[in-house]
Amino acid sequence: MLSNAWLIPLIPAVGFVLILFFGKHLPRKGSEIAITTVGASFVLACIVLIQWIQRVNDHDGGGALRGFGRAVLPAGEGGLTAVDHSFTWWQNGAVRFGVGTHLDGLAVMMLFMVTFVSLLVHVYSTTYMEGDRRYTHYFALLNLFTASMLLLVVADNTLELLIGWELVGFCSFALIGHWWEEKPNSDAAVKAFLTTRVGDVGLMIGIIVLFFAAGSFDIATINAKALGGDISHTLLLVSASCLLIGIIGKSGQFPLHTWLPDAMAGPTPVSALIHAATMVVAGVYLGARLYPVFFRGFSIGDGGLNAMALIGGVTIIIGAVLAFVQRDIKKVLAYSTISQLGYMVMALGVGAWVAAIFHLFTHAFFKALLFLGAGSVSHSGSHHSFDMKSDMGGLRKYMPVTFVTFVIGSLALAGIFPLAGFWSKDEILVTAGDAGFTAFLVVGLFGAFLTAAYMTRCVYLTFFGEFRGHGEPHESPPTLTVPLVLLSVMSIAAGFLNAEAFGIENFREWFEGAVALPPLRHPSFNSLMAVVSVTVAVIGIGIAAYLWFQREELGPFRNLTQRNAAARAGYRFLENKYYLDDLYDNVIVGGIKGPIARASYWVNQHVIDGVVNAIGRGTAAAARETYDVIDQKVVDGAVNGLAETTGETGGLLRYIQSGRVQRYALTLFAAVGALSLALWLVY
Amino acid sequence: MTAQNVAFWGLAIAMGAGAIGVVRSRNIVHAALFLIVVLVGAAAQYIVLLAEFVGITQFFIYIGAIAVLFLFGIMLTRAPMRAGNFDNDQRWPAAVVAVFLFGVLIALLVNAFGHDEIKLSDELLRVSRTGPVADSIFRNFVVPFEVVSMLLLAALVGAVVIARRD
Amino acid sequence: MALNQYLILSAFLFCTGVYGVLARRNGVLVLLSVELMLNAVNINLVAFAAFTKQISGQVFALFVITIAAAEVGVGLAIVLLIYRNMHSPDLDRVDQLKG
Repeated sequence: MLSNAWLIPLIPAVGFVLILFFGKHLPRKGSEIAITTVGASFVLACIVLIQWIQRVNDHDGGGALRGFGRAVLPAGEGGLTAVDHSFTWWQNGAVRFGVGTHLDGLAVMMLFMVTFVSLLVHVYSTTYMEGDRRYTHYFALLNLFTASMLLLVVADNTLELLIGWELVGFCSFALIGHWWEEKPNSDAAVKAFLTTRVGDVGLMIGIIVLFFAAGSFDIATINAKALGGDISHTLLLVSASCLLIGIIGKSGQFPLHTWLPDAMAGPTPVSALIHAATMVVAGVYLGARLYPVFFRGFSIGDGGLNAMALIGGVTIIIGAVLAFVQRDIKKVLAYSTISQLGYMVMALGVGAWVAAIFHLFTHAFFKALLFLGAGSVSHSGSHHSFDMKSDMGGLRKYMPVTFVTFVIGSLALAGIFPLAGFWSKDEILVTAGDAGFTAFLVVGLFGAFLTAAYMTRCVYLTFFGEFRGHGEPHESPPTLTVPLVLLSVMSIAAGFLNAEAFGIENFREWFEGAVALPPLRHPSFNSLMAVVSVTVAVIGIGIAAYLWFQREELGPFRNLTQRNAAARAGYRFLENKYYLDDLYDNVIVGGIKGPIARASYWVNQHVIDGVVNAIGRGTAAAARETYDVIDQKVVDGAVNGLAETTGETGGLLRYIQSGRVQRYALTLFAAVGALSLALWLVY
Repeated sequence: MTAQNVAFWGLAIAMGAGAIGVVRSRNIVHAALFLIVVLVGAAAQYIVLLAEFVGITQFFIYIGAIAVLFLFGIMLTRAPMRAGNFDNDQRWPAAVVAVFLFGVLIALLVNAFGHDEIKLSDELLRVSRTGPVADSIFRNFVVPFEVVSMLLLAALVGAVVIARRD
Repeated sequence: MALNQYLILSAFLFCTGVYGVLARRNGVLVLLSVELMLNAVNINLVAFAAFTKQISGQVFALFVITIAAAEVGVGLAIVLLIYRNMHSPDLDRVDQLKG
């Protein structure tokens, strides 16, 4: 199965085509095909997972190798090798364009996670999107998205990865704008697409630079060359920076994060799948996949500040702070996603590869859980509204399952022991501290504090207090709640895969295997750090609970913005999302549309056209001059002159012909005499 | 200084003077008479060179026929009997050319035949008798002989045609 | 006798004839000069015949004489015609081919 992993992306792709053609005629309007295909992919992914774990165990002789600072040997040196399966699409001299799969621990993990979450989202959507105006197309696009994400994950060369990347971008655009008849939705879709596009420029340039640096598009080759020092540091830095721009766009890092909150205009299952668990982590996946390039390019191993960690750290904070001022539950979760993605990127930036991937894994589960929970709330509780302040509140009484699962998800997100988020977030913090990135450690802790706080606010506003909406809230049907339960189970259990406190390192063994990595630090479990992080989170919950759970909300801070101008200004700053949207729209785009475009037009009309016209006039004048002077005077003069000269010469020569024979005879004899003399002298 | 030499030189001087006279005389008839002197001298030279037949032929034809013809021609063209200037305007260029040509020829001849001698021997006498000449004409040169007769006929007829008054 | 004597004599006659051909105005006089030239050639031929002891020189001279006779006949006829048309034997007048 491992070498036939290409089936896994293929089946949903086929599903996409089938749904488009046949979906409308089927009894359940195509969703049965969608679920079948994704279900099949999930089954295959599980088989792949089992076989891979088998392979890891076989290679290690049944026992897991534990050690610190263990570097995974590059394939071919006796280390665990990845499973490659590719065929050549086209070969042009030395350049080979291949299509194929590259299965190593990372890919296997992603396959499992993507198919699992996608399957749950598909099942959830059957009820959630019931009666929707474009039900069939929705499922077709969901299938296509799943196929594209899986293609991206198993890609063995950067071009294939790019194809998957672009396809998921397109599906995101299509699905965000699923209800495009309402202008805000289509605007959000366009914003998402264009913002990620800006990042994609960096990605493409990075891929091209890497191709020229490594001589191949093959990821294994690129990683081997980067690890082996065959590529100059400058080139690695350049390509890593360009790829980082791609990551910033796709994974919602500062400053290209502005599309994520607006993307919440799409259906909630879409948000759960694409903007929480899968597509947005494509950037992180890219970083993990080509990690040697980043590690060497940004000199991560040497400690100190680097762009990746810095951007990740900044993103953590700005995402978390903005989550505090949202009324819309989905927007809270969107900013939370931005913040958590910041964690993952920062983790990569400090050299905590396993931690980043582990956090990606756990985050997928509890974030998807939270989104689907929000969807459940809106479906059955708040009459399809997401506004917490006006339509929700006190729903714990009416939607117990949703409430419990949502709380579990929030606690996991906040990083409370022993839920999944704790293990993964803690590992990031430990590695940061251990590698000497103290600043980022502090940032991470502060982020944890903020995360716990805003999630508590969110939980309170949604499930506690008085019900402020209208209609009759009730629990959601099982198709909605069962996925929630499954995801909450994973949120609890997934963490234990790498629960280092108990000496379990399965995650690392299974999924770090056969990945091309530079020597990494694997710090051991640090109880002190664990205690600190949990404490920080608990403090966050506590403070938020204090502020919101009181009878009088916000206590002494109530109406602060109305009383205090500075607070008001700060609030407005946050409300306007740091004015970043205004910056992008009015300053950058507006500046180009307005003055710069007008200036270009002026240059075009006067300078460029002026030059062209002047050349035209000049040529016409030159032609006229040529005609007058050269043609008329010189050329004709020459021709006429030649004729005249001939005539005059003839006129002169005429005199020789006197008609007198004796004259001719004289000439003749003179010539004879001269010639004979000459002849005699010569001989 | 043999007898032939003396004869040659005497004849040569006479011929030379006659030739100058032909080209410089102011009287046509005198010019014709000078030509006759040259012709006679030539005939004598042939006899000195033991070419008897040629000499006699020269005598008969040139002097007997051609010179007479000239005199007739002078008469018929009403050539002025008195002295006149018969030189055209290219006298001096002509003189230059003639002298120049003479000089070249002398140089060439001296260069080429400087030391050659004519031996007037019995063998020569035997060879250049009329008999061998006739043999030669009618054997070796019979074709040119016939052609020449044709030529004479043509010339005769042609002259008549040209000079006919009609 | 030296061969050169005859040859130089012949050259002298020839060049005198050339002068006459070029410098004389009357047609008859020109013809006289031409005869002079022909005779010079004849002397040349006969001298060489005596020098090389071959008869062909003499034969050639005979032919020259014959042809000279024919030529004089025709030439005089032409001069007669010119005189008749120009009413003067002056050759300078004959320049109808003037270019």
